[in-house]
Amino acid sequence: MKQNLYTIAENNCIAKDTYRMVLKGDTSANTRPGQFVNIEIPGLYLRRPISVCDCCSEGYTLIYKVVGKGSEALSKMEPGARLDLLTGLGNGFDVSKAGKKPVLVGGGLGSAPMYAVAKAIRAADPDAEITVILGFNAAEEIVLVKEFEELGVKLEIATLDGSAGTKGFVTDIMKRLDYSNFFTCGPGPMARAVEATAKTSGQYSLEERMGCGFGACMGCSIQTRSGNKRVCKDGPVFEREEIIWQTPK
Amino acid sequence: MADTKVTLCGIEMDNPLIPASGTFGYGREFSEIYDINCLGTFSFKGTTLEPRFGNPTPRIADAPSGMLNAVGLQNPGVMAVKQRELPEMKKFFHKPVMANVSGFSIDEYVETVRLLENEDQIGWVEVNISCPNVHGGGMAFGTDPKAAEAVCSAVRKVTKKPLIMKLSPNVTDICEIARACEGGGADGLSLINTLMGMRIDLKSKKPVIANKTGGFSGPAIFPVALRMVYHVYEAVKLPIIGMGGVSTAEDVIEMMLAGATAVGVGAANLIDPFVCKKIVEALPSVMEKYRINSLSEIIGGAH
Ligand SMILES: Cc1cc2nc3c(=O)[nH]c(=O)nc-3n(C[C@H](O)[C@H](O)[C@H](O)COP(=O)(O)OP(=O)(O)OC[C@H]3O[C@@H](n4cnc5c(N)ncnc54)[C@H](O)[C@@H]3O)c2cc1C
Ligand SMILES: Cc1cc2nc3c(=O)[nH]c(=O)nc-3n(C[C@H](O)[C@H](O)[C@H](O)COP(=O)(O)O)c2cc1C
Ligand code: FES
Repeated sequence: MKQNLYTIAENNCIAKDTYRMVLKGDTSANTRPGQFVNIEIPGLYLRRPISVCDCCSEGYTLIYKVVGKGSEALSKMEPGARLDLLTGLGNGFDVSKAGKKPVLVGGGLGSAPMYAVAKAIRAADPDAEITVILGFNAAEEIVLVKEFEELGVKLEIATLDGSAGTKGFVTDIMKRLDYSNFFTCGPGPMARAVEATAKTSGQYSLEERMGCGFGACMGCSIQTRSGNKRVCKDGPVFEREEIIWQTPK
Repeated sequence: MADTKVTLCGIEMDNPLIPASGTFGYGREFSEIYDINCLGTFSFKGTTLEPRFGNPTPRIADAPSGMLNAVGLQNPGVMAVKQRELPEMKKFFHKPVMANVSGFSIDEYVETVRLLENEDQIGWVEVNISCPNVHGGGMAFGTDPKAAEAVCSAVRKVTKKPLIMKLSPNVTDICEIARACEGGGADGLSLINTLMGMRIDLKSKKPVIANKTGGFSGPAIFPVALRMVYHVYEAVKLPIIGMGGVSTAEDVIEMMLAGATAVGVGAANLIDPFVCKKIVEALPSVMEKYRINSLSEIIGGAH
């Protein structure tokens, strides 16, 4: 984990209520896809966790949705402004387990860390046959199509209302495929549907409300088959076999 | 040279800084990012006789200038602390540590403290009778002077280490509880724990935190904590660890002027993991700015 200041280089609306923020600054703490940053937002007390979508030596690209006070304040920030970030948080995905035909499943902005995963698998294995399935409510929410295509992956889109791609759920596409391993990030109901569909071992990125984001407060704990874990520090990525699925509240 | 040394219940500390229980784990996460031997000491996570998972999630909510938590004393239990956490801690922390202990009955408090008695690494025992996030224990002992005194005198019998009672602000008169603990044989007091609070989500129209209520802490509670330290200082002769909303070297000095011998920092560690190191480094120049040569000389200076 590192704490540094970052300069906003870009902060644009790229889909309905969805923004891409490009931050310039140190990225040395980010070592694996699926890690996240925790952003101090002026005027708010707790930091807000956002997954790293892309990372290069110059900085981070984040994609976020406006859902409340913090994300709204972020969306109003101008290029040139500075933000205080904790970086290199979480364990990230273990892409060494991808095999020859991995499938990556992203729901909503769970698509953002899937881009980092696809890029890491591609870098490790130029020949891997990567399939990416992204699910959105409607066409107006779709992001990252061009970016995924540039990585040479097979991209499938599902929308609930059928306004783009296949009408229905990501799992309607997933169940027709053969794959060596899966990687997924998305809302709870989608993760449970993936769990009911998946035929191989795989990894899930989970979400919890966080206090610190670096393992100090026990705010984000879950029970797993290998004991109590902190989503922020021991996760957010967990092996399929570890997770105890709770019935939705 | 600015003198930051203070003596808390007979143990000298390089400075008054104490990361507060529950915001610093058993020190490991912070030792990975800075040398925590720069601290006065730290108070480790509230430890109980049995391991506890704590409350369901969400356990955390944001608030203006602060946060709510309802972690519910998640900890690995006193035996795991003895066998795993303390030996591990020895590798990166070389000062006496403060053991924060919680319980659901007087017997549990006593047994937990007894099991820690022979651990040389432990300098002080801080008994939490003020956790607002557990049912049938915790704060129930800290809101009734008789119960507070009963826990205090029972624990007193099994420890020779300095005994510090951690008080709840969720009472009509905190001085009354402070006096009860003094009567029960406490060597010091720690205040304040979190204030009971809640948030409701406008979309779901339900409480944000699964436990419904949580403990409010952070900069918003600083004036409340300061006032309580100020009044307790006048009510008893015991040294006080002042805490609640402290985030800067200036806050540390203000707490000491109110009557604190040492100063706890809680929620601020979660927002800025380096905050305690930054405060320790800033203290000498802030002392110079306010013409303070020695911190131990300003304790209770506002009275
Ligand atoms: C590891 C991780 C990675 C994430 N990555 C992304 C991402 O790449 N893009 C993106 O748009 N969102 C992401 N989120 C969700 C994002 O953190 C929340 O949408 C954001 O915190 C909402 O803040 P707010 O102030 O706008 O909303 P508010 O509802 O006003 O927030 C109030 C509090 O609740 C917390 N909170 C609200 N919603 C969530 C949520 N879904 N998960 C966790 N905490 C929440 C906030 O952090 C804050 O403390 C991620 C969450 C986690 C835990
Ligand atoms: C996440 C969290 C967990 C806490 N856990 C404990 C605990 O286990 N034992 C305890 O005595 N106090 C606990 N506290 C209370 C703090 O030690 C401190 O008394 C309180 O938060 C006020 O200080 P602050 O405003 O600096 O946070 C906890 C506080 C927070 C924020
Ligand atoms: S958010 Fe603090 S431990 Fe995970």
